[in-house]
Amino acid sequence: MGSASRGRRATGMGLAILAAAGGLAACSSSEGQGSANASQAAGGGPYTIWDPYPQFDKSSEWVKLLEDCGAQAGVRVERTGYDTSDLTNKALLAAQQGNSPDVLIVDNPVVSTLAEAGVLTTTEENKLDVSAVAPNLLAAGQSGGKTYGVPIGANTLALYYNKDVLDEAGVKPGDIKDWASLTAALEKVKTAGKKGITFSAIGTEEGSFQFLPWFWGSGANLTKLDSPEGVAAVALWTDWLKKGYAPNSVINNTQTTSWQEFASGEYAFAENGTWQLANAKKTGFPYGIIPIPGKDGGTAPAPTGGEFVSIPVQADTGRYATSQKLVTCLTATETSLTTTTTLSYIAPTEAVQAKQVAANAELRVWVDAVKAAKGRTSDDLGTKYPKISEPMWGAVQAALSGSKSPQEAMTAAQAAAASATR
Amino acid sequence: MSLSTRTRARDSGRTSGPGHRAARTRGHRHSRSPQWTAWAFLTPVIAYLLIFYAYPLYRNVELSLRDYTVRSFVQGDAPFAGFGNYAKVFADATFAPALWHTIVFTLVSLAFQFTIGLALAVFFARNFRLSATLRALFLVPWLLPLIVSASTWSWMLNSDSGVVNAVLGWIGIGPVNWLTSPEWSLWSVIIANIWIGIPFNLVLLYSGLQAIPPAVYEAAALDGASGPQRFWRVTFPLLRPVSAITILLGLVYTLKVFDIIWIMTKGGPSGASTTFATWSYRLGFGNLVPSFGPGAAVGNLLIVMALAFGLLYIRIQRRQALT
Repeated sequence: MGSASRGRRATGMGLAILAAAGGLAACSSSEGQGSANASQAAGGGPYTIWDPYPQFDKSSEWVKLLEDCGAQAGVRVERTGYDTSDLTNKALLAAQQGNSPDVLIVDNPVVSTLAEAGVLTTTEENKLDVSAVAPNLLAAGQSGGKTYGVPIGANTLALYYNKDVLDEAGVKPGDIKDWASLTAALEKVKTAGKKGITFSAIGTEEGSFQFLPWFWGSGANLTKLDSPEGVAAVALWTDWLKKGYAPNSVINNTQTTSWQEFASGEYAFAENGTWQLANAKKTGFPYGIIPIPGKDGGTAPAPTGGEFVSIPVQADTGRYATSQKLVTCLTATETSLTTTTTLSYIAPTEAVQAKQVAANAELRVWVDAVKAAKGRTSDDLGTKYPKISEPMWGAVQAALSGSKSPQEAMTAAQAAAASATR
Repeated sequence: MSLSTRTRARDSGRTSGPGHRAARTRGHRHSRSPQWTAWAFLTPVIAYLLIFYAYPLYRNVELSLRDYTVRSFVQGDAPFAGFGNYAKVFADATFAPALWHTIVFTLVSLAFQFTIGLALAVFFARNFRLSATLRALFLVPWLLPLIVSASTWSWMLNSDSGVVNAVLGWIGIGPVNWLTSPEWSLWSVIIANIWIGIPFNLVLLYSGLQAIPPAVYEAAALDGASGPQRFWRVTFPLLRPVSAITILLGLVYTLKVFDIIWIMTKGGPSGASTTFATWSYRLGFGNLVPSFGPGAAVGNLLIVMALAFGLLYIRIQRRQALT
């Protein structure tokens, strides 16, 4: 009896601990398939849209745009905004349970993963027209010769600079053509008693996103992280930290905290994205933007940011026609200007890009940067990209924090990436 | 311990609750319906345990035993992989450092939380003016949402603009890269965790102190015991049951700390503050492509560790109940 009661209590206590410690179970689910959409299919019902813009509430331009598109297609739209890091798992889970949204807007490097999982329809099935979209932007949504969505807009990275700080240090932004001239400029800034450059090298995908312009600008390829070019890119950043041109905090900086450093007015340069344009105007100091230079000159290819609009697989294929209308409404040449302005993105088509520059000449540099940009999953990497990106950001962190030399860090990263993608 | 106390303890264990006994005695007199009533009362608890404990646990174990890709996750046809995910996790270069960090994080946190918590509890045990107010203030770390405390700590420990480095600068100590150097990042999260854990220790130990009869202290004072003697010969031994529970609960809580580390360092730089909890999350959710299997495997290892200490807790609790 004693031992039985002990056993019982042990089980109870055990279960309590398990519940506390085990978080992963949250991503599991039941096997129910396809019942959720049955009711919708019968009466048409509302069309669900998931997007990664939780910052927009019901009164925002974005949600109004979605509702307008719904009205045009003759359906009611039900929109949910998720945090972007949350959306991949939410989409996978929904697909597993057979209640995917009708329209899914996801970050571009995720598209190939969802396509691989069989969650998304191809443009052949959903009849979306992607002919006008710039090929370098569309590439992120292509895998195995098929296209899985339309870019809603694009953003990328460039260098913001603080005019006052550069003037004080005697640096002309126009002189910065390659890595050597940039490093020389940083040295002058430091001598003048200001801080050089801030960026984000955090141990997440954001860190890889920020590192790629330098990696690609060096001529390196993601299939070989430890090439001399790849190591040179890590060495450039490591050197900046060692010499005090960049603050140590970059190792933990997100793009937002990095921006806050720049906004303090102490820094000459910040690597950041299109989306900070509105904030740049609020900083209170004169600023400018130059493209990120390649190692030996020219504009470095920066990674494309921005989302794809896709149509997930449904049990009732009859819904695709209306979903297609909704997506077209958001991405067609006529409406794209509204969409991209609402989201402060660069349009994915040349025609609309021209309109954007005509409306706001400041966007010129961003349009050029987007034209030079490259999808992270391009070069036929697809779902291999995340498995390369993780060791890469790890290597950048290891080198910047001084726990490994750039060469050692990239050699280890290449070994890890090779075994993960084999 | 005498035989009679043992029997009594067992008896109370068997008829665990007046409801049970009442149901049984009435069951003899009337029909079987009270039996059903008893079950009806039990059902919510059982259902709760099954839905919120047993099922997620089962799913987590299952997840760790299958080879999930994103495709097989959606299609639900992941092949059974046995202990493949566990083998992968054990062979991973992150395993040994993560285990070591988990141990250091837990033990160092506990040692300091307990010591400081006990010191404060003893301090507040002598009631003085404003002691209640002060004690309430010490609870603040406990009341703050972890996102707030962890963000505040990471702001204070910022290499360039943090207040900690500014103060160190005044006394002539060069800037320490608290969060961004591999030597310091683990200590930074430990410091933050200690601060957050002190109130928990303070509250439990303070109430433990209240239960020690003042007469014992009077007797000790009459026998000429000094302050330190009173602490080590009276307070400490009499507080031992409460101390054991405080430490064991703290152990289970600290093992699974995730949010503080994730917010402050993301387990970095380059894994220097990665524990099992952050590693499990990183595998499952931290990348563009989730590795559910290995992530669940690491989570289960953590569960086993917590379970081992949980059983230890039960043993100690039983021993205390019997003495």
